[in-house]
Amino acid sequence: MNYALELQNVSKSFGLVHANQDINLAVSPGSIHGIIGENGAGKSTLMNIIYGMHRADKGTISFDGEQVDVRSSADAIEHGIGMVHQHFMLVPTFTVLENVMLGSEGGLTLNGGRATALKRLNHLSSTYNLEVDPHALVSDLNVGQRQRVEIIKALKGGAKVLILDEPTGVLTPQEADQLFEILKVLRDDGVSILLITHKLTEIMDITDTVSIMRQGQMVGHRKTSQTSSQDLAELMVGREVLLEVEHTPATPAEVRFSAQELGYTNNQGVVELENISFEVRSGEILGVAGVSGNGQTQLMETLAGMLPLTTGSINVLGTGVTSRDTTNPRKIRDLGVGHIPEDRHTHGLILDFEARENMILGFHKTSLAGSGKLFNYSDIQQNCEAKMGKYDVRPSNSRLSAKNFSGGNQQKIVIAREFSANPGVLLVGQPTRGVDVGAIEFIHKQLLKLRDEGCAILLVSVELDEIMSLSDRIMVLCDGKNVGIVDSAKADRSTLGLMMAGQKQGSTI
Amino acid sequence: MSKSTPPLPYWADVVLLPLINLLAALCMCGLVIFAIGENPFSALKVMINGAFVYKGALGYTLFYTTSFIFTGLAVAIAFHAKLFNIGAEGQASLGGLGATLIAFALSSLPGIIALPLAVAGAALFGAAWGVVPGYLQAKRDSHIVITTIMFNFIAAALLVWLLAGIMLEPGQFSPQSSLLPEQTWLPKIHEILGWVNIKTTPTPLNASFLVALLTCLFFWVLVWRTRLGFEIRTVGQNQDAAHYSGINVARVIIITMAISGAFAGLMAINQIQGVSHKLILGFTAGYGFTGIAVALMGRNHPIGIFLAALLFGALVQGGTELDFEFTVITREMVLLIQGMIILFSGALAYMFNPPLARFIAGLTAGREQSNG
Repeated sequence: MNYALELQNVSKSFGLVHANQDINLAVSPGSIHGIIGENGAGKSTLMNIIYGMHRADKGTISFDGEQVDVRSSADAIEHGIGMVHQHFMLVPTFTVLENVMLGSEGGLTLNGGRATALKRLNHLSSTYNLEVDPHALVSDLNVGQRQRVEIIKALKGGAKVLILDEPTGVLTPQEADQLFEILKVLRDDGVSILLITHKLTEIMDITDTVSIMRQGQMVGHRKTSQTSSQDLAELMVGREVLLEVEHTPATPAEVRFSAQELGYTNNQGVVELENISFEVRSGEILGVAGVSGNGQTQLMETLAGMLPLTTGSINVLGTGVTSRDTTNPRKIRDLGVGHIPEDRHTHGLILDFEARENMILGFHKTSLAGSGKLFNYSDIQQNCEAKMGKYDVRPSNSRLSAKNFSGGNQQKIVIAREFSANPGVLLVGQPTRGVDVGAIEFIHKQLLKLRDEGCAILLVSVELDEIMSLSDRIMVLCDGKNVGIVDSAKADRSTLGLMMAGQKQGSTI
Repeated sequence: MSKSTPPLPYWADVVLLPLINLLAALCMCGLVIFAIGENPFSALKVMINGAFVYKGALGYTLFYTTSFIFTGLAVAIAFHAKLFNIGAEGQASLGGLGATLIAFALSSLPGIIALPLAVAGAALFGAAWGVVPGYLQAKRDSHIVITTIMFNFIAAALLVWLLAGIMLEPGQFSPQSSLLPEQTWLPKIHEILGWVNIKTTPTPLNASFLVALLTCLFFWVLVWRTRLGFEIRTVGQNQDAAHYSGINVARVIIITMAISGAFAGLMAINQIQGVSHKLILGFTAGYGFTGIAVALMGRNHPIGIFLAALLFGALVQGGTELDFEFTVITREMVLLIQGMIILFSGALAYMFNPPLARFIAGLTAGREQSNG
């Protein structure tokens, strides 16, 4: 029997960087094959090679035993490869049917194309449980439904191999389960599925076989039934890791940070946050859980002063902040609030600035940048190097541009900058997004250390495991509302999952 | 997907690439000159002699350079905040108006007060003309390219109205003002050198050249050594991150446009307080637009801008000489040469980037392999 997909000695370099080195991979027909690895391990490059977005420098790709030269994604589709991207490639103002038709419109008046596409769509939805209304606008669908549209798009050309890039990042646990059911049906129908993820639990739950990548190389192939999470994690990072930090009990003291009936309506009139109240005490971490896009970003940004409050008020270390001052991040910062933004590339760092300049971003008006009118670069540099040493930023070259650091080290630069200011209150968004396992452990330990030093921490993360292992209390957001706040000791995944879907549990303060 | 390009080393980006662009432009010009039946090499020789060697040539070249430095710096400071200021021409026009009005208003005061205030007037009026588009961009989201272009037209119309009307010198038919009070004239460099007994050929080169050099220094300190400069660069790189870090983005945009307009406005002192000593319609002569090419070629760094301005100054002066020496090479041909250089070092500035980067990456890789 031929493999559905087989790669032999595939290599790809970008300049002097070997993104993929001598990759071998074989996927049997009708199986779910996982590919796991840290960020920057080369997973995306490999998928882009298979899907024809990059060309391999050397090596061969075979589909169903036939060696092919994939020059473009059109080639890949023709050979039966479908891909569901991490970020959906849908036109929101089109209907589901129109999105599915894209690329096979069928003539000037679309009539032929519309009929065939509708037939195909109905066939696929009924065969694989991909229920979705063909005439609904994509902008009206929720994330799970949009993903189904992506899958239908990928399958419409008769894909034999379906690539899914981090498909569960935006889903609730329940939606993820539904997705996995669909994938199993597809597998039983003979489709091979290539699942790219960095979540060990997903690999263990759903895959038949798994390949592990590290630093551009394949470091192992396993049958899922014959391996364990621990084994995979070790292969991924090349050393033993603590998967969860030891969460010591908190000793909360006085209330340092609180919000009363906070609300935010964006400039299109959409209510994004409604009636949110909470308190964070000195020495505790309040986690904010929720499916991404349910108001976490807006919550962080209103609290940090980047978005204006529409209603309610915030109290920072005894100082009241009302809607009038909340468009001024400097004011909030000056009150003693540190902020590790959710997206370090758009907010936390200037990628083209050197590390030493990034280390004073937001602090360029303080003595950190120099005591007089002009910058004192020797001080700035010394200071930066000291922080890079303390927070283990590698390489510890303060003249290197931020873009030349890996994701984990970029995040450590942001963390070093914000932690060093000794904040009384810290807002942390997605502290370990796109960060490798080794750095995750370091960042988690630093967060707990800061908590034990008395900082009041508000933590937003899409990783439920991260929220559960770090927080002392957990607030769940759904649709911009506070569903409830629960003690993390009493919280389990299924309760939180139900809350993330909007069912009230626990108290609301 | 596009082919990936290895990053170009800093030295190659700053030195090699502009030189290659210049060479490519000169080759194209050489072909054109050859095609119309002249020897490109003798033309080049005449240009170089005309710009640097002949008696007084250098003075003229540096005189033109001065104007290009000001407009180049004006465009560059805005570039640092990712603002594309096409309005240096209009800001320079207003600068000329400012210098003239202040000079007339202070005609009773001694030169030691009136002269620097007239210079400040040029900067202030230019700044004001930059602030309005800056404000519209920052607060009203009106695109700076559109508004600065419109402000060029408004400035031109305003000057026509004033110079053909209330500011027209009595008894004069061409649109220009009366002579400025003599104490507001900037001294010529040959006069300054004369004070210390150094005799040089009289040229239009005047003290504004020194102001231009000081402005270069000011530019460098401002951009890379002050808090405001840090904010300008941060806003230019990433407005979201600037907002996150507590920078008032709108304020920085307005201030940057004020500084940009002030630099452009200062260009007027070279022409008006330095040489013509009166406000003449159209004295900006396109220097504001050429400033865009100067800033691009000079990579928004004062040293680069000085060198690019020198090149363009030499082109203007050497080009005039070319016009004299060859019957077939006309004033228009000189404009063509300038156009080629603007095309290659401005519009096509990064055309040679990918092949050069691959070439250098190939060289370094080869060396590493032979070492390893």
